[in-house]
Amino acid sequence: MAHSVRRDAPELPDFSLLKRLARDQLIYLLEQLPGRKDLFIEADLMSPLDRIANVTTLKQHDVDKLYKVEHKPIVSTSDQMVRGCFLYPLTNWFLFPDVVNADKYYVILSVYFDISYSYFDVTTDEWSFYLLPLDDDIISLELPEFFRDYFLEGDQRWVRTAGSALHLLHSVYGPFSKVYGIGRCSKMAYESWREQVEEGEQRARQAEIGNVFLIDRDVDLVTPLCSQVVYEGLVDDIFRIKCGCVEFCPDVTSSDKSIKVMLNSQDKVFNEIRNEHFSQVFGFLSQKARNLQTAYDKRSGMNIKQMKTFVSEELKGLKQEHRLLSLHIGASESMMKKKTKQDFQELLKTEHSLLEGFEIRECISYIEEHINRQVSMVESMRLLCLLSLTENGLLPKDYRSLKAQFLQSYGIEHLLTFSNLKQLGLLVEQQPGETLTVMESRVGKLVNDKTAGKLTDAFSSLAKKSNFRALGRRLNLVPKSDEEYDLRVPRDMAYIFSGAYIPLSCKLIEQVLERDGWTGLEEVTRMLNGHEFAVTAGSNGSDARVKTDSQRIILVMFLGGCTFSEISALRFLGREKGIKFIVVTTAITNSARLLESMLDNHA
Amino acid sequence: MAFITANWNPLGEAFYRKIELYEMGWSLRDGLKECLVAAAPYGGPIALLRQPQRPSSSARPQLEIYSSSGANMASFPWKSGPVRQLGWTVCDDLLCIQEDGTVLIYDLFGAFKRHFSMGNEVVQNQVLEAKVFHSPYGTGVAIVTGASRFTLATNIDDLKLRRLPEVPGLQGAPSCWVVLTQDRQTKVLLANGVDLYILDNTSCTPVVRQTQTTYSLLCLIILALSPLTVCVFQTPPGLSPQACSIVNMAVSFSYKYLALFTDSGHLWMGSANLKDKLSEVDTKVRTPPKQMVWCRRPKSQQPSVVIMWDRLLLVAGECTDTIQYTLDEESVCVAELDGVRIIGGSRHELLQEVPSACQDIFKIASMAPGALLLEAHKEYEKSSQKADEYLREIKEQSVLGEAVRQCVEAAGYEHEPETQKTLLRAASFGKCFLSNYPPEPFVSMCRDLKVLNSVREYTVGIPLTHTQYKQMTVQVLIDRLVYRKLYPLAIEICRYLKTPEYQGVSRVLKHWACCKVQQKEEPDESIAHAVSVKLGEAAGISYSEIAARAYECGRTELAIKLLEFEPRSGEQVPLLLKMKRSQLALSKAIESGDTDLVYTVVTYLKNEMNRGDFFMTLRNQPVALSLYRQFCKHQEQDTLKDLFNQDDDHQELGNFYVKASYKEKKLEARLSLLQSAVDEYNKAKNEFAAKATEEEMKLLRFQRRLDEEKGEALLGLSLQETLHALLTSNFHKQAEQLYRDFRVPDKRYWWLKLTALAEKDDWEEMEKFAKSKKSPIGYLPFVEVCVKQHNKYEAKKYVSKVTPEQKVKAHLAIGDLEGAAEAAIERRSEGEISTVLSRCSPTTDRALLERLNRARSTAAKK
Repeated sequence: MAHSVRRDAPELPDFSLLKRLARDQLIYLLEQLPGRKDLFIEADLMSPLDRIANVTTLKQHDVDKLYKVEHKPIVSTSDQMVRGCFLYPLTNWFLFPDVVNADKYYVILSVYFDISYSYFDVTTDEWSFYLLPLDDDIISLELPEFFRDYFLEGDQRWVRTAGSALHLLHSVYGPFSKVYGIGRCSKMAYESWREQVEEGEQRARQAEIGNVFLIDRDVDLVTPLCSQVVYEGLVDDIFRIKCGCVEFCPDVTSSDKSIKVMLNSQDKVFNEIRNEHFSQVFGFLSQKARNLQTAYDKRSGMNIKQMKTFVSEELKGLKQEHRLLSLHIGASESMMKKKTKQDFQELLKTEHSLLEGFEIRECISYIEEHINRQVSMVESMRLLCLLSLTENGLLPKDYRSLKAQFLQSYGIEHLLTFSNLKQLGLLVEQQPGETLTVMESRVGKLVNDKTAGKLTDAFSSLAKKSNFRALGRRLNLVPKSDEEYDLRVPRDMAYIFSGAYIPLSCKLIEQVLERDGWTGLEEVTRMLNGHEFAVTAGSNGSDARVKTDSQRIILVMFLGGCTFSEISALRFLGREKGIKFIVVTTAITNSARLLESMLDNHA
Repeated sequence: MAFITANWNPLGEAFYRKIELYEMGWSLRDGLKECLVAAAPYGGPIALLRQPQRPSSSARPQLEIYSSSGANMASFPWKSGPVRQLGWTVCDDLLCIQEDGTVLIYDLFGAFKRHFSMGNEVVQNQVLEAKVFHSPYGTGVAIVTGASRFTLATNIDDLKLRRLPEVPGLQGAPSCWVVLTQDRQTKVLLANGVDLYILDNTSCTPVVRQTQTTYSLLCLIILALSPLTVCVFQTPPGLSPQACSIVNMAVSFSYKYLALFTDSGHLWMGSANLKDKLSEVDTKVRTPPKQMVWCRRPKSQQPSVVIMWDRLLLVAGECTDTIQYTLDEESVCVAELDGVRIIGGSRHELLQEVPSACQDIFKIASMAPGALLLEAHKEYEKSSQKADEYLREIKEQSVLGEAVRQCVEAAGYEHEPETQKTLLRAASFGKCFLSNYPPEPFVSMCRDLKVLNSVREYTVGIPLTHTQYKQMTVQVLIDRLVYRKLYPLAIEICRYLKTPEYQGVSRVLKHWACCKVQQKEEPDESIAHAVSVKLGEAAGISYSEIAARAYECGRTELAIKLLEFEPRSGEQVPLLLKMKRSQLALSKAIESGDTDLVYTVVTYLKNEMNRGDFFMTLRNQPVALSLYRQFCKHQEQDTLKDLFNQDDDHQELGNFYVKASYKEKKLEARLSLLQSAVDEYNKAKNEFAAKATEEEMKLLRFQRRLDEEKGEALLGLSLQETLHALLTSNFHKQAEQLYRDFRVPDKRYWWLKLTALAEKDDWEEMEKFAKSKKSPIGYLPFVEVCVKQHNKYEAKKYVSKVTPEQKVKAHLAIGDLEGAAEAAIERRSEGEISTVLSRCSPTTDRALLERLNRARSTAAKK
């Protein structure tokens, strides 16, 4: 994809600063507690913590041992007095009604007691750690629960956290000159951020990030539900990337151990293939292998001196590259095995038909068969949701029969799941127009005017239409299928879905940036339930016009998670336009994570 | 000018001067006689408790509060119990320590603020003596009770009473005592006749006094030889044992120095840790003094103590000489950082050591640079050429810089504005002849003096010296002005000194507003209006604090009005809760977007209201409701049920029961929960869910029956899993029954049976099944399932049954290329032929390949 690359893309700001801030604060807090201590942390926090401060660092600061929190009595090997530091994510905020402050993300609970439990001294401190840079251009809030909590439960406690995160980025890399956004949550996060800016003091400094785009996940639910076919997305779908780190199982590593690998731009091989369509990856890897071989082969014609320089300078790099290459080849092979099978092709075909709105009957019977044959539950649900989203709901007859079959197949407990999906508008029954308005007016009559607005908002998911077809036409999301799409030379963002669909979220971003606002997109925003905004935040209007480097760095914040495919699409867009995107997300998501969060865990 | 040194008195190397600060504005008939007096340091207010004229039971003493210039600020009859001691806190509050140990706190204007007690024990034993002291921790109170026990409170704002250990042999009050603050510890030093003790938290340490005469003699000899010898004894070094009984003691302002006065008329001065002696003076007065205070200044030349008797004021320093003033009226001494203020019935004076800068300049016939510069300027004003002579003299010694510095410094020490001006003019004159003299000291001195002169003003009455002002900082001065309600002056000073708004003007305005809301006679409306108008443009004003004050004064309506002005809705919430405006608090909390705040209010409401009202309140606030639901989901499942019940949310109730059923282990309970769910779903008109749940119950009953009969472990499996389990365990009849009962779609059932049979390699049964009737899923699945189980032989049986469209696929599945080719050619489908071709390998029969290629081209032509 070299043909249209603009070479003047600006440099990305250095986000390791965020890591350093978090680490320094943690260390400061730990050092406030005198003496040696054991650190107890929730299992979920292990990987993020490792990215911030690894075991060696912690040990340097008087941490004796690291434990996972288990609900068992603590037996420590330290001497008489034990200081245990419990690091709780504030997800468990109900434990601390007194110290709750959603602004602060973690609570360090220090318990100091002697072995006979006769002396206790409990103190709490707050560790504000909410931004974890996963890569040069990805920052995660590591809030996987955001999607369910906000969109399903209507719990707004993370909105402020998002606002604070934005505030932190603003104060370190800002001031932002322009903020665009769409969605109710985006708007609230934006307001929360503005409030914090007004309260704090202003510092005039050189901005590193110019523009910000906020987007709610529920603006575009179709994209995360599609199967990912870009390498990084595929790795996430199959092996699940956790905190920028993946564990390759033994059949990938072709040894008897599984290996944990960090996947980021430091990995040269990965960096080159992460955004590629899967069909291109294998060719690329074999080319790379051949190059590597030639590099190794150079040895044969060398004299001693050349050999010496080769060993000291190149060999290490080559070895490293070799190791990585073999890992990625292993991974691709294993994915190939799973994905080139007949059924995967058929699955993709069905997905594409759904997106194009083509042969819907066949799709429904395919899904039915899927359910009947008890192929994975999440996959079936994903297809059902995709069907409902693209078709603006299922016909009542289909809805009932598919639901009944689903329940028979995967168990009655999914009755609750369906109720959740319905509430969120992911899987709904087509309502005859009348009934809907009747219900709305009934709701309206129930309460007075002021609260009616809020209530309809709360119930809006019930009435929410995805309008996918109309949006698709309007924004030209689904390219005409009769043309052959050359995946080697992608011409637009559709390449991330084999040329079948341009992700709505990314298309919106592109359009808004192009138009510098929402003008001309009124119909689109109406279909998306509105709540769009575009604000010029910088007071110095004259500066904003100057196209500085920072103006071409755009921070995109996904509230409710984003997929690797979307990030790839944005990277592509950035290369085309000579801009750089920084993705801030509440968590990296994919179809499986999204749907699993909808399950009601009754275990 | 010539008389500046008129009131100077020499004492050893140094001079002392007594300047009049004010002529007191009060009119006291008997002066300070029969009065309990307390005057705060740093030019603070004066409190008097005057005993009634005629001691009768009905007459009450009068408590009066005056400024340092004698302007009355408050006056009211004392109605509480007998007062032992008065004292001022660092924030200008008056402490009245009663005999029963109760301490009452009043503000500057005599308004009662609060009270606290020095302990129950005191009530019985009574307070004999009390002292108010200041330390880095704040203002403290120390008392000694009738039982000769000491009790301390180091900080009255954070009251922690400490009862000190018993002093051996002490009966009644000690002859004298002081409170010391050393090494972050507060101690009491007391003298009981001849004995000296140090009391701290844990112990009472007697200060060893040498009783053996030999030692004392030796001691005396050593001391006679060198008065400053550091003595190894812990007893105050050099205190002659004959002059044994200590009748008065005083500790310096900084707690560094201690002075002891013995009944022999000797004054011992030394460090407060009793290790070093500074000097010992024989005053030749044997009567115990009324008051004794240190008179020092930072960088002073010699330490000195001011001792007051009825008619005599004596300054004693290092030398044997003393300065004596006669007192013509009853007076009180107030120790200051840099001197002693003497308050009498008609006058208010300051006694201090003359600072060296002033001494250099004003000493008669002084040739110090500053003195010369002053002289030069005087001549210059007279247009005399002598000015030049003087200047030249200074310049020759190149001490002009020093001269200017001296003049500026001395100006700070002078009390009379005229003198200050003269000195500053001289400094300014001298500065003209200096090229690079930094302007800051001069400018800031001018500013400071302007501020000081304005607060020394008779009507304000805060006689601060420059040294004190620097020590107490502008912030504190502003506070003090605010306590005195001198808001305009405070604001003027803030503006003049360009203090940042947050610390300056805004703070003053806030205090003003807090005071304003207490004006009971004004209506709410006008106060709210006045406040908003005044505070409108000031930055960083917290209206919620002002509102809180209004609420404290019982003006809830006003508080609510004021809260309206608060821009940060989050700030309004705590007060609204306190005022029991919980509904309003809830909506404000939601407005603020801070969910923690919402949660705080919700928890509060939960405890305050009855359930029904609480739920109704939440119902109108979706944000709070969903937050509370989240809480209930984690903590109180049952409440969640009530919540849904209240809302008649049958759908959610149904879901709730379904969820509960999974947690239930016992089948009967589980079924009844599901039945409840069915009822709720029916009420919610969700027939589908109701039916699904009913079916689940049916399934559960069926599973239980089968488990009991056949010993299978089916309970809890889904329908599909149950069927699968039944088929694999050869319970075909039961499976059939389920299939019919639950109206499982044919396709599903066929798939299910097919895979189950294949998994247990029951090919016979499969064949029977295939023949039983026409397969609704076609026969390709049969082929595929067989191949999956690696049984090509069986798979072949079904290939012939496959529909023509799927023939190619079927043949390919069993690896029969030729068959596939035949079928493809027969169907003349280009795509299918290609599929077959793609599966061909180099080893395939040539003839077959050719045939295929040919067929493809014909098909393509078509």
